Amino acid sequence: MSEVRIERLSKRFGTHQVLRGVNLSVASGRLVAILGPSGSGKTTLLRLLCGFERQDEGAIWIGDTLMSGPSVHVPSERRRIGYVPQEGALFPHLSVADNIVFGLPRALRQKRHRVAELLELVGLPQSYAARPPQELSGGQQQRVALARALAPAPALVLLDEPFSSLDAALRIETRQAVAQALTFAGATALLVTHDQSEALSMGSEVAVLWNGQLIQVASPATLYRHPVNPELASFVGEAVLLAGIVEQGQLKCALGRLNIAPGTRDGVVEVLLRPEQIRLQSAAEMPTAEAAGSVAALVSDAVPGVVQDVTYYGHDASVRIRLGHNVMLNARVPGYRCPAPGATVYCSVEGDAVTYAR
Amino acid sequence: MDDGVIAVAAGGATALALPQATARRAPLGLWAGGILAALLVLLPLGFTVYQASTFGFNDAFDLLARPLVGELLINTLKITAATTLAATVIGTAAAWFVERTHLPGRRLWSVLVVVPLAIPPFVTSFAWVSLSLSLQDFAGALLVVTSAYYPLVYLPVAAALRGMDPALEETSRALGCGPWACFFRVVLPQLRPALLGGMLLVALGVLAEFGAFTLLRFRTFTTEIYAEYRTSFDSTGASLLACVLIVLCLVCLAAEFRVRGAARYARLDRGTRRAALRYRLGWARWPIVAGFAALALATLGVPLGMIVFWLTQHAQAAVTPVSVSFEALTDATFASIGLGLAGAALTTLLALPLGFLLARYANRFATALERTVFIAQGVPGIVIALAIVSLAVHALRPLYQSAELLVVAYAIMFLPLALVSVRAALLQAQPRLEDTARVLGLNGLQVAWRVVLPLAGPGLGAAAAMVFIATVTELTTTLLLSPIGTRTLATQIWVDTSALAFAAAAPFAALLVAISLASTWLLMSLLGKSAVLGSHQG
Repeated sequence: MSEVRIERLSKRFGTHQVLRGVNLSVASGRLVAILGPSGSGKTTLLRLLCGFERQDEGAIWIGDTLMSGPSVHVPSERRRIGYVPQEGALFPHLSVADNIVFGLPRALRQKRHRVAELLELVGLPQSYAARPPQELSGGQQQRVALARALAPAPALVLLDEPFSSLDAALRIETRQAVAQALTFAGATALLVTHDQSEALSMGSEVAVLWNGQLIQVASPATLYRHPVNPELASFVGEAVLLAGIVEQGQLKCALGRLNIAPGTRDGVVEVLLRPEQIRLQSAAEMPTAEAAGSVAALVSDAVPGVVQDVTYYGHDASVRIRLGHNVMLNARVPGYRCPAPGATVYCSVEGDAVTYAR
Repeated sequence: MDDGVIAVAAGGATALALPQATARRAPLGLWAGGILAALLVLLPLGFTVYQASTFGFNDAFDLLARPLVGELLINTLKITAATTLAATVIGTAAAWFVERTHLPGRRLWSVLVVVPLAIPPFVTSFAWVSLSLSLQDFAGALLVVTSAYYPLVYLPVAAALRGMDPALEETSRALGCGPWACFFRVVLPQLRPALLGGMLLVALGVLAEFGAFTLLRFRTFTTEIYAEYRTSFDSTGASLLACVLIVLCLVCLAAEFRVRGAARYARLDRGTRRAALRYRLGWARWPIVAGFAALALATLGVPLGMIVFWLTQHAQAAVTPVSVSFEALTDATFASIGLGLAGAALTTLLALPLGFLLARYANRFATALERTVFIAQGVPGIVIALAIVSLAVHALRPLYQSAELLVVAYAIMFLPLALVSVRAALLQAQPRLEDTARVLGLNGLQVAWRVVLPLAGPGLGAAAAMVFIATVTELTTTLLLSPIGTRTLATQIWVDTSALAFAAAAPFAALLVAISLASTWLLMSLLGKSAVLGSHQG
């Protein structure tokens, strides 16, 4: 397995500039998720890496080999890439085992080289080897597609939204199986997806592609907690965005005074909180004035609001709250603490807020 | 996330609804109509076998063991195998270049390679024979029938190439296959059902071909059956030969059923369709364009060119000078169109009850009736025509050489063609849509007028149009059964070409090709290219 380097990659279809100078390098053995809304150019990036298309500018290196550049274009079949397309694309005329060995030289194909090992790696029973792919469920097909991609020991594995066609339960299970298999194989891998939870849970790093540019490459936790701009914040998860002002290193907003990273510059800002950071308490739970004497600061920070509506999911609930006249915010609360619409609640904030200068 | 659940729920609901729909009893009238259609189809086949069985075993053996029969068998098998092979190579190559490469002018080529289907083979042979009398026998026959039948391979293969998931080819490239390995290990195996289906259609067509072979003086079973009937005006002797031919055809038909019935390599997924991979041809594109041009020249240029050439010649330029009166021309045109319309109407009408049974009350018996009707595809026109002639002579004297009997013969021949479209059309008007309309307050008649007709109408029209085209370009049955004094465009071309009066045949050929091309074009623009697949057989 080897590292991948992409330098200043640009691609245009007609007048539409799909990629604008994308730089990315993936260390050997890592799984990087490329996250982007549809139309952001992520599939194009993958197709350039595969060699199905050729970029207008820039270069692609896999290991020490220049795969594609101004004067070089290695065809797909000589790039040593494992490709897992969107819906598996198993060859319908071949059995599971024949699919897995498809990319091997003839002698190894006849010996069914590593079929048992690979089936085990992707978590499928050995008895599946002789089955036609039509008899497999979507998730199982996806696993066979991964086994087929891994069989020739590729330098790099590319996964193109491999779970988007699976239903919810199957998706999580297949995701885990695939992530495990990739780790065991020690594969360098790129996963393209528009599903933020998939990117956060699978990638050791997430690269966000936005309008043809990589706007942030970070660990999943950093991306979720400190996205580079408010739009991205809303894309990688539910976001509470409020207007605020920083004075002498202190943030004030509709939710009162909040903690921020030290060294934030003074001025008008946009405040980002995650809904799960907002804690709701009923009036009865509020500490009484006497008991609160010693923690006066905390009490003054709990801001009253009225519950507008509630979307109940069971394990948790999303609560829409009106603060004052024109501030609305969403909070996530555990299901058993779900307030009723119309109730008055007191909102406080756990953890730091993130600010964006305006 | 919720989509999956909803889809499962909806799937469950339709699965539950289906058995209810099929459990309903079909009206007896429908069954009667369906059975009548099946019996009509079995009639000529049964009569031929019955006639052949009147021979004693020894007589039959003596008749079949003649060297002539051996020669016919070799000729027939030779031309069938050679044409099928040639059509497969040309049809597949053409489809691949049009669908999978950046071939210059591929839009134009994709139309030009289908058009030959609209020109009946006996018109093509008229053109080649009138170009050079030396172009006869095996080579001529191979050229003419291949150029007429290769679109039967092209169309299904091109459709399969278009429908193939491009991700399969991309995956195989990523797994290390070059373009050739990709074609032989991934593309070709998936083309197999389409390819085999097309090949068997070609084989069936060649086995049943009569007009082209007669004009090219190439002897096969069909030409000999006709010759024996003409010399004795008794079909008993011919019936033995017919039985051998039927066996050959039914073998092909059974194989075709198997291929069609075998689980097609359906796409494994239901994803969004992406445009397929196309290869750059580089310098090779010019020789390939030249190849396409040569193909178009041979299959379209020569037939159409020769018709135009003879149109501009005086009658004396041909070997046999015959002049054509304007009256003969209009008479033949009206006869062709009239018979075509009558054939289309009767065939579609006859297909309706069975089509309705299959769409709404499908069960084993209905499927058995359907299969019976499809046997007609495997019985050559000459056999059906001959059986009907003898039946009329023996049992239905007043109907002999009447236009009515000819139209019935058309209906028997083209019933399978109509049934496919009629059934598909009626499936468009699903019962739940009718139920919805009922609930919205429409009565039965209003439902038929506002729901069933708009939904099924185009398909029924297509069925009628296909039968019309097939009938107008039909030669064999028309030749044997047309009323005395009635000349259609097809029979007139045949008579004139047989007499080497090429200039006289030209105006009839021009009109016939014009009618066929115009109605095929109409059909194709309404329903897509594959709609013409069935309309030029028999």
